[in-house]
Amino acid sequence: MKRLLLWLSLFVMISTDIARAEEITIAAASDLNFAFKELVSEYETASGNQVKLTFGSSGNFFAQIQNGAPFDLYFSADISYPKKLEEAGLIVPGSLYRYAIGRIVLWTRHESPIDVTQGIAALRQSSAKTIAIANPRHAPYGRAAITAMEHFKVYDDVKDRLVLGENVSQAAQFVESGAADVGIIALSLALAPAMNTKGTYWEIPTEAHPPLEQGAVIVKASKRANSAKQFLEFVKSRQGVAIMKRYGFAAPESR
Amino acid sequence: MNWTAIWVTCKLASLTSLALLIIGLPIAYWLTYSKWRWKFLIESIVALPLVLPPTVLGFYILIAIGPHSPIGRFYTDLVGHPLPFSFQGLLLASILYSLPFAVQPFATAFEQVDRKLIEASWTLGLSKLKTFFKLIMPLSTAGLITGMVLSFAHTLGEFGVVLMVGGNIEGVTRTVSIEIYDDVQALNYVAAAKTSALLLLVSYAVLLLVYAMNRRVWSVWPQK
Repeated sequence: MKRLLLWLSLFVMISTDIARAEEITIAAASDLNFAFKELVSEYETASGNQVKLTFGSSGNFFAQIQNGAPFDLYFSADISYPKKLEEAGLIVPGSLYRYAIGRIVLWTRHESPIDVTQGIAALRQSSAKTIAIANPRHAPYGRAAITAMEHFKVYDDVKDRLVLGENVSQAAQFVESGAADVGIIALSLALAPAMNTKGTYWEIPTEAHPPLEQGAVIVKASKRANSAKQFLEFVKSRQGVAIMKRYGFAAPESR
Repeated sequence: MNWTAIWVTCKLASLTSLALLIIGLPIAYWLTYSKWRWKFLIESIVALPLVLPPTVLGFYILIAIGPHSPIGRFYTDLVGHPLPFSFQGLLLASILYSLPFAVQPFATAFEQVDRKLIEASWTLGLSKLKTFFKLIMPLSTAGLITGMVLSFAHTLGEFGVVLMVGGNIEGVTRTVSIEIYDDVQALNYVAAAKTSALLLLVSYAVLLLVYAMNRRVWSVWPQK
C-alpha cells in the first residue's frame, strides 16, 4: 500500500508541466479536419511554433468559448458565431476574418447502388435507407444540408431516414464506413484522400442554400495573441490559400 | 499511438484515485459507522454518479464552475484562468464522477472488519483515529486498493463528462477515449484500433488485479 502510494506520487511529480516553445491552441470546425492538418504542419515548419488542434462542431466551440475555453483561435464554419462573439466583446478587436466559403456534396461509397451523379433525387432511391448529415442544431453543415434538401423539395420525403453526426466529420465517417448509405457532407472532407479514394460525390449547387461563410477570430482571452495573429496571416498567405483551395475551399474574395 | 493523450489520461486517473483515497476514507468511514437515521440520503447521493448520465453530471459541473457562477468567478479571480476546459476542472469532474467507485469498496471493506476488534481497541485506550489507522485501515487494504484501482479504471474510460467539461484540448484535457473518438472521425482507424486495444488490455488487467486481490482476502479469512 505504502509503496503504491510512493509510486503514484512519484508519477504525479514527473507529470508537472515541462516548459515548451510558443504553442497555440486552435478550435477548428470539423470540415477543416484534413485541410488544417496539412496547413498546420506547414505552418509549424515555417514558424517553429507548435499548434494544438481541436476539431468539433462550430456551435459547441461557440458555447465553450463563451464559457471561457482557453482557445487562442476559433475557425467556425458559420461566420455568425464569431460575429456574436465579437458583439459580446470576446474577441481581439478587428481580428474577425472571413477565411473561406464552404461547399456541401452528396457522397456515397463506390460500391453503393445509389447514383449520386443524378443529384439530390438520389436520396429518394429505396437503397438510401439512412442519410447522414451533421446535427443541424449546432453544426452549420447540417443546417446547409437541411436547407438544400428543402430547396429541392425532398426533405419531407427523406427526413425520417436522417442520421445525425455530432459534427460534419462524424457524418462523413458514418457514410465512409458504410454505416449510412449516403451523406451530405463538406466538400473539403470528400476531397481528402481518405475519402476521395473510397467514394464519389456530387456538388450541391450553391443556390440551394445560403453560402457557408466561414469566419475566424482571435479569442480575447488569448495569452498568445501574437502567434495567433501570425497563424491567421499564414492562412491568408498564398501558401495557405493554395492548401485551402486544394480541399475545395473557395477563397473568400473569389466568389 | 498518441503518448500525449495517454499521459494526460494516466495523470488524470492517478490524481483522481489519489484524491478519492483522501476524500473517500472519511466518507466511507462515516457511511459505515454512523447510526444516523437519514444516512441513506447521503448514501444515495454518493451512489448517484453510478446511474446519472455523464452528460447530466457534466452539464451541472460546467454550469457550477463556469464564469457565470460564484464558484467559477471566485476560482478565476484566484488563479487567473477559468476552471472549465482546464486540467483542474477535469480533475474535479473526475473525482465526482468516480466517487462511488472508491467509496463503496472502502465502506464494504470497513464493514467486514470485526466489530469486536474495534471495540477491543477502544477499550484498550486507543483513540478512534488511532484505531482507524492501526486496525481498520490495515484490515481493509484489499478494499482500499480495489477502490483506488476501480476509480482509476473508471476515470480511464470516462467520455461524456470529459467531453462536456474538458473541451478536447491536446495535452490538457484530451484523454484516450476522446482521442479514439477523434481518430474515428478523422478516418484514422489504425490509430483508433491501437488505442482501443490498449484500453481493452488495461481494463482487463485492472479487473484481473481486483479479482485476484479479493481472492486473497478470502483465503486469509476463510471462516468468513
